[in-house]
Amino acid sequence: MLIFEQSRSGRRAVAQTPRQAAEVELPERFWRRQRPLLPECSELQVVRHYTRLSQKNFSIDTHFYPLGSCTMKYNPRGANVLAMLPGFLARHPLAPERCGQGFLACLYELQEILAEVTGMRGVCLTPMAGAQGEFAGVAMIRAYHEARGDTARRVILVPDAAHGTNPATAAMCGYEVREIPTDAQGDVDMAALEAALGPETAGIMLTNPSTLGVFERRIREIAERVHQAGGLLYYDGANLNAILGKVRPGDMGFDVIHMNLHKTFSTPHGGGGPGSGAIGVSSRLLPFMPVPTVRKDGDRYRWETEADRPQTIGRLSAFMGNAGVNLRAYVYARMLGREGMARVAEFATLNANYLMARLRQEGFQVAFPQRRASHEFIVTLKREAKEFGLTAMDMAKRLLDFGFHAPTTYFPLLVPECLLIEPTETESKEVLDAFVEAMVRVREEARADIERVKGAPYHLPVRRLDDVKAARELDLTWKPTAR
Amino acid sequence: MSNAPDDLRYAKSHEWARLEDDGTVTVGITDYAQAALGDLVFVETPEIGRVVSAGEACAVVESVKAASDIYAPVSGEIVDTNPDLANSPEVINSDPYGGGWIMRIRPSDPSELDQLLDADSYLELTSEQD
Repeated sequence: MLIFEQSRSGRRAVAQTPRQAAEVELPERFWRRQRPLLPECSELQVVRHYTRLSQKNFSIDTHFYPLGSCTMKYNPRGANVLAMLPGFLARHPLAPERCGQGFLACLYELQEILAEVTGMRGVCLTPMAGAQGEFAGVAMIRAYHEARGDTARRVILVPDAAHGTNPATAAMCGYEVREIPTDAQGDVDMAALEAALGPETAGIMLTNPSTLGVFERRIREIAERVHQAGGLLYYDGANLNAILGKVRPGDMGFDVIHMNLHKTFSTPHGGGGPGSGAIGVSSRLLPFMPVPTVRKDGDRYRWETEADRPQTIGRLSAFMGNAGVNLRAYVYARMLGREGMARVAEFATLNANYLMARLRQEGFQVAFPQRRASHEFIVTLKREAKEFGLTAMDMAKRLLDFGFHAPTTYFPLLVPECLLIEPTETESKEVLDAFVEAMVRVREEARADIERVKGAPYHLPVRRLDDVKAARELDLTWKPTAR
Repeated sequence: MSNAPDDLRYAKSHEWARLEDDGTVTVGITDYAQAALGDLVFVETPEIGRVVSAGEACAVVESVKAASDIYAPVSGEIVDTNPDLANSPEVINSDPYGGGWIMRIRPSDPSELDQLLDADSYLELTSEQD
């Protein structure tokens, strides 16, 4: 039941407190004439409603959440506490710079930290999430070519092991997408890349480690070839967690990157937001970076705007991006420090490789057994599906009953019946072992009685959903009906 | 095990093509492809009259798992598309070689059909991929 459906005319949350005349400083001509169509509920109703909803949630605070490619790691409470200091919360985005030097200092330092850990020359924090970060990145590639009068470049290359958002971003920026296949080892097919490179190449969008959970070993060679052809390299930071503090995209030869601060820098995310898709650029793209960014002149911080960067691609959000998310990321980065960053990558990779080794021991098939996993890896249930009908979807649904959020299913598209598993660095060995046990148990159950597994989940607020109906008849709006 | 009728020709990208009596070529996706995609939720068919070349992406199928381009197996003009797919894309799952056809092409060079795989070679290809 929606909170709107619980509404009763005239019911108020303030029913228990003495009524005070509201002080209204707004001129009367700005007053609204009708009440907004908000639910009218008591305080207790509202508390119960949202508490119940939260209890229905699978979340990182309640469950292991190995959702590959999403980096669902623990969000330290300390970051939350500090980002919620009254000085931050109460700051108006249009307040003058002299009233927000502390706030600006935090954002400036975050820019510097991110530039250092990724090896880029400049960082802008304003993209609201990954998709907008990608858009900004490719828009800068476009602006770069155009500024040089190099307008015949109309193709962006995208390896098929890249994230699905990459071709969408290239298309949004007016480019034609050409897909580059992956070889049997999980690396970019160099011959296909060579054949695709030419005077039309605007750039390549790469995820490294790729969505196959392996590090692209020939990245230096790829960078060299793409640059020789006059193209630029875009780094999708979705899997940055695997290499944080260990190897830098800037050193690999990338010209522009986006980072998902909500993943790698551990701010709460899921369900659509809020995120932060900070971008980093090489010196080539510095003039085109979005505004505003924070600059330090002597000991004063100030916004850099169009006046400082006349060739900028412009503004991506009304003010300075998702300030609260950026602040949490800043605190997280400061808590980790330089050594801590590298530890993130080490433990994320260790956890993934441990989990992969344990699952292989138990007879599960992994997609690239010859390769070391990065922070995530792929199990394929191709054999189980063929032999006794256990598909990746069945495994995912039954794992929910055992108290584990499902891994990512059916992505990447290159591997049939796949589960993309990302344990992250914040899980203990005990949790990983329990997850292996649950996967083994589901497989045994399926061997004995596949229908039992096909009927899962049994212990959740909802049973197996009709995903065809959900896709075809998507209906997310509530319309008031007369009462 | 997926099936592949003997009287059809197949593209490596999992489309089938059937030469009709009137000289047009009917195109759909194979049983293997529909099973791999899972339940289909949308199909985008090309505009009638569009001229395509072999290997060109000209339709899109979207399932609960993925969206996938459909490539023209032969060059020519699109002369018809399956009107049922707008409301019942699931017919591709239930009847990929019959009611689930996607488009009809008037081929500019019918000999291109000979370059496609026959049923045995196609099944061999899919069993390698399994």
